[in-house]
Amino acid sequence: MPLLRVRDLTVTGGPLTLVRDVNFDVNAGERVGLIGESGSGKSLTSLAIMGLLGEGLSARGEVSLDGENLLSASERRRCEIRGNRMAMVFQEPMSALNPTRRIGDQVGETLRIHQGLSRRAARTAAVELLRRVEFADPERYVRMYPHELSGGQRQRVMIASALSCDPEVILADEPTTALDVTVQRRVLDLLDRLVDETGCALLLIAHDLAVVSEVCDRVVTMYGGRVVESGSVAQIIDEPRHPYTRALLATSTALSVAETSSGANLPSIPGSVPSAGHFPQGCPFRDRCDRRVDACVEMPPTEVHGTRSLACWNPVDDSELVHEEAP
Amino acid sequence: MDATRRLARAAAPFLRRVGTIVVALWGASVLVFTVLNVLPGSPAQVILGTQATPQAVRQLTAQLGLNKSLLRQYVDWVGGLLHGSLGVSYISHLGIGAQIAQALSVTGPLVLFALVIGLAIGLPLGFIGAVRHGRFSGSLIGGLSQIGMAVPTVVAGLLLVIILTVKFHVFPTSGFPGWSDPLQALRSLVLPAFSLGLVEGAILSRYVRASILEQLRSDYLRTARSKGLRVGQALRRHGIRNAAIPLVTVVGLELASLIVGAIVVENVFALPGLGLLLLDSVNNRDLLTVQDIAMLVATAVLVINLVVDVSYHLLDPRLKGQS
Repeated sequence: MPLLRVRDLTVTGGPLTLVRDVNFDVNAGERVGLIGESGSGKSLTSLAIMGLLGEGLSARGEVSLDGENLLSASERRRCEIRGNRMAMVFQEPMSALNPTRRIGDQVGETLRIHQGLSRRAARTAAVELLRRVEFADPERYVRMYPHELSGGQRQRVMIASALSCDPEVILADEPTTALDVTVQRRVLDLLDRLVDETGCALLLIAHDLAVVSEVCDRVVTMYGGRVVESGSVAQIIDEPRHPYTRALLATSTALSVAETSSGANLPSIPGSVPSAGHFPQGCPFRDRCDRRVDACVEMPPTEVHGTRSLACWNPVDDSELVHEEAP
Repeated sequence: MDATRRLARAAAPFLRRVGTIVVALWGASVLVFTVLNVLPGSPAQVILGTQATPQAVRQLTAQLGLNKSLLRQYVDWVGGLLHGSLGVSYISHLGIGAQIAQALSVTGPLVLFALVIGLAIGLPLGFIGAVRHGRFSGSLIGGLSQIGMAVPTVVAGLLLVIILTVKFHVFPTSGFPGWSDPLQALRSLVLPAFSLGLVEGAILSRYVRASILEQLRSDYLRTARSKGLRVGQALRRHGIRNAAIPLVTVVGLELASLIVGAIVVENVFALPGLGLLLLDSVNNRDLLTVQDIAMLVATAVLVINLVVDVSYHLLDPRLKGQS
């Protein structure tokens, strides 16, 4: 049984369906990358898993942790799980920390909630947690306020807080996107190392395939609120079948710098992601797709072949892949 | 050494604010004095009535010291204030200080009472309005507060008088029995305090609602919930203090507007407070009393602002060591 099981997860906001019939699993200790452009429904998917959707949004379907469906669980039960067995690192370290509470209080808070630690014990634990996320002088930092820390430091604080109760799975929503390029690497390496050490599972949301290919075991591609392709990192990187995954791959900077260094334009996906509710009927990608066929006006079924799943009427086939690799 | 420096740094913004207050008070004194002394109407003429001979008017003018140069009069007045002497009333020949103190024993409790009522209405209603946002009860509170804001204090006061006093005889309509019987004194303050406090409470509830809503939508509240706190717990632990920062300003402004509003309401309810004293003094051209009251109100407003500023620094760690 997978640790985290997402089945037919649908998120609606008023008349709009923002995430539709999303299916994927995260096994214990596994690292899964969720990729797609902004507006593809990645963040909403992660918030729905946490049960933290904003005002006016609701989720249905199934999100199970160890066989227990969280979407039908009581709020009390969900609170027992949040932070304790399932933790989240948000995209914006600048606004995700309370500006008027000390770092130590905020890092130790999860332990106080779930393990009933005293204020003092939590402060001591916070020092240790900050040390784990590579703060050189944690005793000093626990007394500081968020505005006294840099973006990278704040994100490390968020990671420390997420790790505090030894969760079974961490959801990280673009944890490095808001950071300076120079510190992105460090925060990512840190997350990578700590997930390794604790053996917890990771759902890493990113739009950069290079990041995902480095950290994750499996990749789930989302577009238009749907999962369009999923598979192992090797399958997705080496032989993407869905035209959208292939296009994402082509635009991923680290993988394409060599090919474009001769002064050619950076590759991009034609068109732009429509706003919610404005995706075309059928396959959401068909307006921007160079492989669209008549059948695309209907949503293709998701076909599962071994470890790969794919929803496309006209997938990229092997012969083309070989063709593309040739100069 | 380090401690003293840290103390000095913490006190610096406070001292700067006090300096600003001194300058503002000086400016207020010049303004008040100038405006009142360029107004037409000689105090001596008013005191003696229209039948008085020019000679008698001249004599009284000299007696009151009003024949001195304006600069001299200004210096005398401010000098007196600095020594704690508010001067003697032209009309009653009583010490103005004592008269104001007497009036404050009514206005002070009235304003505080009204503030308590305003807070007691505004805080819970705003809170409920935010938490129940989008539901019927939340909208109802929003609508009621709109009505409350639209009603002027005087109208609210008159309505209360009509309903509670004329119809049901619950509270005295007007007048003040003095503090010798505290219960009766409080009873006579209930209606005026309510007519002041209702409106302020309605205004405050809007700000409280907006401030709490902003907290509910903040990223750090979501973070707090991601740690396993329920919405209410997260709001208590992470939202209240942040929500209080903008509200402190609003409460400070409301306190200032309550002082001004009290002047009007005291006249509706015939309470012998600062407002009544001010109006009587204006009618009698008792300029010195008017000047003193104006300065007192200006000082009160500036001190309230200072308190607001200091509480900012206590509530928001981001302001530490900044001006």
